[in-house]
Amino acid sequence: MKLKITRDALVPFASVLVALAIGAILIAAQGHSPVQTYHVLIVRGFESTAGLQATLSKAGILIMSGLAITVGLRAGLFNIGAQGQVLSGALAATYIGYRIHGLPMYIHIPVALAFGALCGALVGGFAGLLKATRGVHEVISTIMLNSIMAAIVDYLTQNQFRLKSQPNTRTPDMLHSARLPHIFGYPTGFVLAVLLAIFVSWVFKKTTTGFELETVGRNRSAAWYAGISVKKSIVLGMLLSGAIAGLTGGLFSSETTGYFVPTFYGGIGFDGITIALLGRANPIAIIPGAILIGGMRSAQSAIQFEAGVSPDLINLLLALVLFFATAPFLAKLIRSNSKSITTTSGWGS
Amino acid sequence: MDTLLNISNLSKSFPGVKANDDISLHVNKGEIVALLGENGAGKSTLVKAVFGLVRPDSGTITIKGESIAYGDTAAAISHGVGMVHQHFQLVPVMTVTENIILGDEPHKGMFLSMKAARQEVIELSKRHGLEVDPDSVVEDLPVGIQQRIEILKALRKDIDLLILDEPTAVLTPQEIDELLEVMRNLAASGVGVLFITHKLREVMAVADRVVVLRNGKLVGATTPSETDEEGLAQMMVGRNVVLQVDKGPAKAGEVVLSVENMTVKDSRGHEAVTNFSLELHAGEILGIAGVEGNGQRELVEAICGMRHRTTGTVKVAGVVAPDMDPRQVHLMGVSHIPEDREKDGLVASYSIADNLILNQFNLKPYATKGIRDFKVRDAYAEKLVEEFDIRTPSFENLASSLSGGNKQKVVVARELTQDLKVVVAAQPTRGVDVGSIEFIHNQLVSARDTGAGVLLVSAELDEILSLSDRIAVMFGGKIVAILPGEGADRQYIGRLMAGLTE
Amino acid sequence: MQRVFGSINIKSWKFLLTAAVLIVWIYCYVANGDVTNSVVASGMRFGMPLALASMVGIMCERSGIVNIGIEGTMLLSGFTGFYVASYTKNIIIGLIIAILTGMLTSFVHALMTIQWQMDQIIAGTIINILASGLTSFLYKEGSTVPNTWPIFDIPILSRIPFIGHAFFSQQGPIQYFGLILIPAIWVLIYKTRWGLRTRSVGENPGSADTAGISVIKVRMINVVLGGAIGGLVGGFICLELVGSFSKEFTAGAGFTALALMIFGRWNPMGAFAAAILFGLAQALSTQLQIFGVNNIPNQFITLLPYVFTILVLVFSAGKVRPPAAEGKVYKKEEA
Ligand SMILES: Nc1ncnc2c1ncn2[C@@H]1O[C@H](COP(=O)(O)OP(=O)(O)O)[C@@H](O)[C@H]1O
Ligand SMILES: [Mg+2]
Repeated sequence: MKLKITRDALVPFASVLVALAIGAILIAAQGHSPVQTYHVLIVRGFESTAGLQATLSKAGILIMSGLAITVGLRAGLFNIGAQGQVLSGALAATYIGYRIHGLPMYIHIPVALAFGALCGALVGGFAGLLKATRGVHEVISTIMLNSIMAAIVDYLTQNQFRLKSQPNTRTPDMLHSARLPHIFGYPTGFVLAVLLAIFVSWVFKKTTTGFELETVGRNRSAAWYAGISVKKSIVLGMLLSGAIAGLTGGLFSSETTGYFVPTFYGGIGFDGITIALLGRANPIAIIPGAILIGGMRSAQSAIQFEAGVSPDLINLLLALVLFFATAPFLAKLIRSNSKSITTTSGWGS
Repeated sequence: MDTLLNISNLSKSFPGVKANDDISLHVNKGEIVALLGENGAGKSTLVKAVFGLVRPDSGTITIKGESIAYGDTAAAISHGVGMVHQHFQLVPVMTVTENIILGDEPHKGMFLSMKAARQEVIELSKRHGLEVDPDSVVEDLPVGIQQRIEILKALRKDIDLLILDEPTAVLTPQEIDELLEVMRNLAASGVGVLFITHKLREVMAVADRVVVLRNGKLVGATTPSETDEEGLAQMMVGRNVVLQVDKGPAKAGEVVLSVENMTVKDSRGHEAVTNFSLELHAGEILGIAGVEGNGQRELVEAICGMRHRTTGTVKVAGVVAPDMDPRQVHLMGVSHIPEDREKDGLVASYSIADNLILNQFNLKPYATKGIRDFKVRDAYAEKLVEEFDIRTPSFENLASSLSGGNKQKVVVARELTQDLKVVVAAQPTRGVDVGSIEFIHNQLVSARDTGAGVLLVSAELDEILSLSDRIAVMFGGKIVAILPGEGADRQYIGRLMAGLTE
Repeated sequence: MQRVFGSINIKSWKFLLTAAVLIVWIYCYVANGDVTNSVVASGMRFGMPLALASMVGIMCERSGIVNIGIEGTMLLSGFTGFYVASYTKNIIIGLIIAILTGMLTSFVHALMTIQWQMDQIIAGTIINILASGLTSFLYKEGSTVPNTWPIFDIPILSRIPFIGHAFFSQQGPIQYFGLILIPAIWVLIYKTRWGLRTRSVGENPGSADTAGISVIKVRMINVVLGGAIGGLVGGFICLELVGSFSKEFTAGAGFTALALMIFGRWNPMGAFAAAILFGLAQALSTQLQIFGVNNIPNQFITLLPYVFTILVLVFSAGKVRPPAAEGKVYKKEEA
């Protein structure tokens, strides 16, 4: 058993190495130095205290978005458009954060985050409802909702929620009472995210609700036979997934930026997919991947400024890692026999 | 050379089972060889190897002296082998013609010539006296006709060897007689027939030779004139078997399940059960006989709350059962052994223990306030594994690791170890070995004797005949007759099953 | 024939919808022929790439493979097509490269789903992420292609009253080619041996297998052919319609195409009709914007296609029946 665990863990590790190797070739082909680029990546991401702090902050957010996808996958749902839920959660939390005055920190932060989670849950839950009642597959509906939410938050930030005194489009700053504090410079969000991961893991291991979701995810007809309401579980699964995605956005606003600009949130939701798949939809196992990706993301701009390489290198590296970690040939080479994840088959609801 | 098919020393293992162990067998021109064996004996594996669908571990297969390689179904076909598979290999949404021509389509260039194809199907069907409508869509046809299409598919080429893998499982007694006649005619015209079955009567009726498999091994070869049904049964199972279930007379009590004027639609929206009424008493086994696809599945699902009823009510012990709420219906004391255990009855990737409490995981003592209690579950699982003789190293193993019979025992254990008023058992012994069949039958009888009403739905007429206290024959979504189980006449029931009323 | 087209049912809402569209069109045409023609023509321009992209889905899914990597296929082939055209100064070479890229991308998809038996939706996601990573990393600003394809009228057809101007004039060659390709795919699927085999593999691979048809081969070829069409669309957009490559230019079109495929019941003509309707809706909303219904914020106009897509599925998804074997791995022998 032990041996198998280490073998399975080797797969993502080997994938990272292979991805870095391919990345090196492409960097060199563009006339840059791979050594220098990776040096910057490591120093900025993991070596310096500031780098580590930034990495952990990013990692906390990515653990959460990975959890959002994971919860869905466990319930047999692929929330591929979690990004839209992240955005709506972020804007909602930001709004509460700057709009409501006079609350103490221990109330303001939870209220802001909860509101973010609520808005994310609404968007995710809507997709769940479409699936449960009309058979609309969540892969398409969440992608579409993603674009719809992007347009809506863009509109709101340019109009109602805009900080008029600034030339660029952004919201006002969240009040101090809504900003997640750092402890000795280390982000509290990371701790929250790890706690959430433990909680999610507990829900799936120990609770009947987790069991219901998972049963629906594994065999829908058997779940229905066993008296589990498949439709309710689909809605609940998307609701929870969306709530965590919304929380992710809120956390990002509250901890990192303090105000909302749509482009800040880049690929948080999409990175969540990579992280969840790397961790094979296990809430605890996604943490190392999230830290790694957090490091790469927080060093992203440094590679451009210090090594002159396009920051999109990170997108490429992550895509390669995902490809090699999920495609079975590396696994075969390492002789791990971990099962690949299955989500959904076909468009049938 | 008269030997058409020659299998020598063939072995094939699947993880955990030796499906075929050093089997040698031959079929000559113009003879009917019955391959007999109970479920899981390895019959299908053997003939799939002949057809290139299974890769043998060792051994050789020759057809008319030429050896056949794995994966080369096309070669098997071109050597004159036709096969009717145990599980129908038809495309439900396509027409009869499209299904029959698939793989070798009449064509002009790259285009299909459907006119020629249709003509060919009409002629083929005339030639063999197997009537089909070339333009019907297969999924709209009853199983008996689908079987015919399978046979026509196999006969389309001028074949020398016809393999039939349990072709009679879904037919009425009359249809079986017709099929046996077709086999005799083919043999008379020089075709070799390899006929797989586990029904002794058919073997006695049609075979020239009998080859018996047990646990993957060839355990005997004989002819019908040298033995009788008892002898065959003993060879097949390896011990004395009681062909009759041992049960006392029923002590029927009050009505525990009543269905009134119920109408149910199938998944495609067609009416499958029409204005159906039925009463089941405590302490009796009511068998529903009928050819598959006459609404039995929908009936069972609607009773158990899994499928919407368009009209009508279901009452359990006088209380109206809710529509579309399997959990509530289960709580009212209805247990359900589903027809398709792989799809409905089990979660393959869950442990045996979780499967044993699949429909009560949320109830006390398995969970309190939404938190599951694994100690209680494990103790319960341990007990049931023991009591129901589920063959597994541990209840923590995945359900997918079990054999068919043991999977079914998990379902039966779960469903019969609860407080129950009604047992709805759909095809409870399908694909299960004889040992497990006996066991499951005894469990159903003892559920009856402890006062539950048992609704037994089965396509196996023998099962219905041996277990039922009353027999209801279902055809076209309705009950066409209810007869006492004692002394029921199989020929008469067969006619009712085929929709003939005198 | 009858089964392919489905019998016409007066009560069917699709029939009513078609009738309504026709009546509105005739009315508009009578009211203002020029504007109507231009709206219909721009509807064609919006609709054709989507229609072709949904052909990718149809080719794959008819053989039982779900392909949500259409997006990535188009992105990658648009990328290679554009930069090769820009480098060689030859758009024909660019287009060929785009098609080859599409085939290669789909081949990887086929490898993952058919050979390695990975979950098909995850495989498609990986294709999309890979495509987006590669193209954004390798992206260079400021490249141009020498010229885009010529815009021309089809000599006689464009003069057909009423429809000629809308369908057969002022378009590029790939747009016209689509008008041939889509019916050709319809013929391929319903009228040829290959099509029959493909459908059987998508519905019940076991039955195809026992009939001596190689399930793997049929699926591989269909997926790669689908990829070729995906490549064509990438090239079409970057070399003909837009004339440039921009990051993430697909913007969800691959998923919309899948919705249209579902709406059109996996029938090429159905998906084509759906795509044109979709394009028309988009053209109309653009027209509304131009006509100064300017109290609608710009963002809301841009999100209309996404809302349409969801609506399309709300009205069709639960009711249609996908190829039965779709999304499932076919294992010949579990050993
Ligand atoms: N594809 C397979 N993978 C694993 N085990 C199999 C497979 N096919 C058959 N078996 C096992 O091989 C044994 C023989 O099966 P089969 O040939 O289908 O028996 P029969 O046709 O006599 O009922 C059974 O124990 C069955 O579970
Ligand atoms: Mg068999």
